[in-house]
Amino acid sequence: MKLTGAEILIECLKREGVETIFGYPGGVVLNVYDVLYNSDLKHVLVRHEQAAVHAADGYARATGRVGVALVTSGPGATNTVTGLATAYMDSVPMVVISGQVPTGLIGNDAFQEADIVGITRPCTKHNFLVKDVKDLARIMREAFYLAATGRPGPVLVDLPKDVVVSSTKFEYPETVSLVGYNPTIEGHTGQIKKALKAILAAKKPVIYAGGGVVLSDASEEMTTFARKLKLPVTMTLMGLGCFPGSDDLSLGMLGMHGTYRANLAVTECDLLIALGARFDDRVTGKVDEFAPRAKVIHVDIDPTSISKNVKVDIPIVGDLKAVLTRALDMLKEEDLSSREKDLAPWEAEINEWKARHMLGYEQSDEVIKPQYVVEKLREITGGDCIISTEVGQNQMWAAQFFELDKPRCWLTSGGLGTMGYGFPAAIGAQVAFPDKTIIDIAGDGSIQMNSQELATVVQYNLPVKIAILNNRFLGMVRQWQELFYGKRYSHTVMDNAPDFVKLAEAYGALGLRAEKPAEVAEVIKKALAHDGPVVMDFIVDREEGVYPMVPAGAAISKMLLA
Amino acid sequence: MRHTITITVENEFGVLSRVVGLFSGRGFNIDSLSVAETMESSISRMTIVTRGDDQIIEQIIKQLNKLVNVIKVIDLDEGEYIDREMILVKMNANEKNKPELLRLTEIFRGKIVDVTQTTYTIELTGDDGKIKAALELLQPLGIREITRTGKVAMQRGSGNNG
Repeated sequence: MKLTGAEILIECLKREGVETIFGYPGGVVLNVYDVLYNSDLKHVLVRHEQAAVHAADGYARATGRVGVALVTSGPGATNTVTGLATAYMDSVPMVVISGQVPTGLIGNDAFQEADIVGITRPCTKHNFLVKDVKDLARIMREAFYLAATGRPGPVLVDLPKDVVVSSTKFEYPETVSLVGYNPTIEGHTGQIKKALKAILAAKKPVIYAGGGVVLSDASEEMTTFARKLKLPVTMTLMGLGCFPGSDDLSLGMLGMHGTYRANLAVTECDLLIALGARFDDRVTGKVDEFAPRAKVIHVDIDPTSISKNVKVDIPIVGDLKAVLTRALDMLKEEDLSSREKDLAPWEAEINEWKARHMLGYEQSDEVIKPQYVVEKLREITGGDCIISTEVGQNQMWAAQFFELDKPRCWLTSGGLGTMGYGFPAAIGAQVAFPDKTIIDIAGDGSIQMNSQELATVVQYNLPVKIAILNNRFLGMVRQWQELFYGKRYSHTVMDNAPDFVKLAEAYGALGLRAEKPAEVAEVIKKALAHDGPVVMDFIVDREEGVYPMVPAGAAISKMLLA
Repeated sequence: MRHTITITVENEFGVLSRVVGLFSGRGFNIDSLSVAETMESSISRMTIVTRGDDQIIEQIIKQLNKLVNVIKVIDLDEGEYIDREMILVKMNANEKNKPELLRLTEIFRGKIVDVTQTTYTIELTGDDGKIKAALELLQPLGIREITRTGKVAMQRGSGNNG
């Protein structure tokens, strides 16, 4: 039986196990939407295509499955670019399907035409222009395969209108054959052995764990590995939750806003074990002074990540889960009974740093401290929720003060730093887990970048909770201006924000406000008890800063503590 | 240091743009590039001459390998290789310099492939050194126009890396 391109597309999505897509209709995808009209595939209508992609991204990060977004050509497609770049930087598996003008009109500056394959080439793992309906099923199969395997990432499939309309026999390929694509999964045995030898010999080892641990679902293996070998663990922003923050071995986050003990441990360590992390400049600070005394082991599925910024002594290319499983196997023959004793001096040194400086802030009875809001959210939810964040101070306070014990409960734009990411990402997570508490920790600046999605959460009664840390500033930029630009607050004052309570109400959501510290807990409890979307507007200390802070380009041991 | 890299790619829509975009997006240099189909029309081969220290060259090779349409990447400078470039040079020709043009063409084993009353167009093939030497000698005689293919290269020996 012959199917149209539109029918084939939907059939392919079903074959890939897709249950929900996020999208926005338009001219050239009308045929696809027509098929969706009586399909059991769930479609969430967002209010801006950027949000469709972030929602698919949040869905993917929370579930580990490929997120899917569907948009029309031209502006619909170009609106996905920020979402694609966000997902690309953070290696999120995603397939974005964009409509395109008919193949005969491509290149003619047709209505709503954009060369989206050209535009998104540098911000996708791969992209396709489908020129013939006969190729559609194969390309969809390849798109999902590429998105989910190796180092995951977003894939865009551009679908011209005539391809969607024409018909062919539908056959879904059983296998994928891509001659130029063969990610290395198993690490090299000799290298793993070498790494273990270095770990057993080290006096001051530290694990530096990144988002790769979450992506490869290797949290359990890594936790076992660290505990078995008594290795202290510091996490990147992307890695948070891959190791229990409450564990004695956890040093918290490292880098620009990392903990005192994490940054000093990395500076003083003699062996740095980088697992699924990529030595981002926000982590390393001045590269020459990053782990200057350490031998470096680096496990990563992407060979380009290895020795890109920092020279690596023992590189291992492979999937973390496979490599760690193998390493744990090899350790079975080792006598590890003296580990605790051997590493006691290192533990003592770390504890000394911990005693010298802990994350904290000065509490006030008068004005709400943003960190206090985050702590209260953690306390009242008991940590049993998924947190998304926007970007800036809100993100860093969430990272510092919302202690995470589990992976995939943390949705944040780490690499690209996309303001406006958190709310739509929370929508994606809520669609995946309707009964879970999903909280977007936001700033008053970021939330305004995608606040139109309040209409979406109300339409689908998605009970997302937004906690705005409202300081009427673009807080992080203001903080840099305070520290490095002589307090000249150039265009960071956001005095004309809307009344967020009324904004929520205008969309039909619940709006709540706290202006005094004593009201914080009550607002949170009310929000959590409400069966529907809520905007919490916390009027916080206007000029509170995020500390510790490493000035850009300085060594991470040179922290401003307050 | 200059490196000559040969890349085997799937001959697909946009593949050249992916390779070139990778170089420009990551700030790598391309000194020359040549590309054409191999014996199989579905596969093309590129030769790229680039520059960088060891770390940059390592990144270039890895990043190229990461492209889905790239089948194989070889840094030819890791072994022995042959490289050639062809140039066409249109020379101003007059009674005074014609004998010298003919002589130089012969010395460099070139060919005169087009003649008018006022021009000679010379075809020359060679490695970097030969092309450079020829151009140095031709320049004072009056070069009107020049076009170069960019370098093509392959490993010496019996191996097949296509």
